[in-house]
Amino acid sequence: MRDRLPGSQLIPLVTGAGLFALVTRAILSLPGESAGLSVRVTETAAENGISNVVTAVLLDFRGYDTLLEIAVLMLVTVAVFSLRETTMSPTPLSERPGPVLGALTRTVIPVMLLVAGHFVWIGSSRPGGAFQAGAVIGAAGILLALSGYSRPKWVGPRAISWVLSIGLLVFVGVAVYPVLLGEELLQYPAESRKALILVIEALLTLSIGASLVSLFIASASPRVQGDRE
Amino acid sequence: MSSHLVYALVGGLLFSIGTYGLIVRPHMIHKIISTNFMGSGVFLVLIGLGNRTPSGVPDPVPQAMVLTGIVVTVALTALSLAIAKRYFSLTGRGDISEHREERVG
Repeated sequence: MRDRLPGSQLIPLVTGAGLFALVTRAILSLPGESAGLSVRVTETAAENGISNVVTAVLLDFRGYDTLLEIAVLMLVTVAVFSLRETTMSPTPLSERPGPVLGALTRTVIPVMLLVAGHFVWIGSSRPGGAFQAGAVIGAAGILLALSGYSRPKWVGPRAISWVLSIGLLVFVGVAVYPVLLGEELLQYPAESRKALILVIEALLTLSIGASLVSLFIASASPRVQGDRE
Repeated sequence: MSSHLVYALVGGLLFSIGTYGLIVRPHMIHKIISTNFMGSGVFLVLIGLGNRTPSGVPDPVPQAMVLTGIVVTVALTALSLAIAKRYFSLTGRGDISEHREERVG
């Protein structure tokens, strides 16, 4: 073993402790009470018909963040796909499950899909929304993959690409359309704002769920043929 | 000490631990976990400090930012793991320490 350089432990320790001291000082120097933007957000969101303030912030006031975030998710999915070592053949990741896991999967999956749909639908008024629903769909897909199910033969790579990208494509379309009419980017038309947000949320849910499942499957090891010599 | 301060300070502590781990640990998986620590620390700070409103209803803007951040962190982790896995399958090593060759040779 090579001797550690003197100070090789000390410098990171000092860095970590110094960072903690700086952050602590910054946090303690803040005023104890601050309304932030909550009052303005609550008022404006109620006017626009989106009573869940977090959804209003995500898709209405800071839609640009959400748009770029979906773009990041798509980019990462493409990158992970290009790093994978196996082909996307519809072979299951694992053996057919035993009776208990099989029965559980068949019972739980429809409920998960229902919960995801519920999250999208209530997203404008209560806690929920595209990301929560997408995470539930992603979990459902990963559960299916782990219990030995694979995609049906009629779902080709092209269909998967479409599902992956439709959320981003429609979101970009809705974002850019007002610019063509001479308005601001992401300026939803006032009369159809709520419907548009619901459509975007639903399509985003599909894309987010599909990309989470794809990330998992693309980086999983193949069952048998993956053993290296 | 009010609860939002506890959350924010623990967030700062997690961020510092993550930074330390990122520098000290040579193994890729440890580094990926460290960046996740740092991310969680940032989220705790944002959520904690967003709770200082006089009305008691948390500020939705930091919440939305954290929600965005979680998805980006998941994406970052997935990409890092894919790169780490590829690196391992090409080199047989999970360690990215610079002193490795000297030790072996």
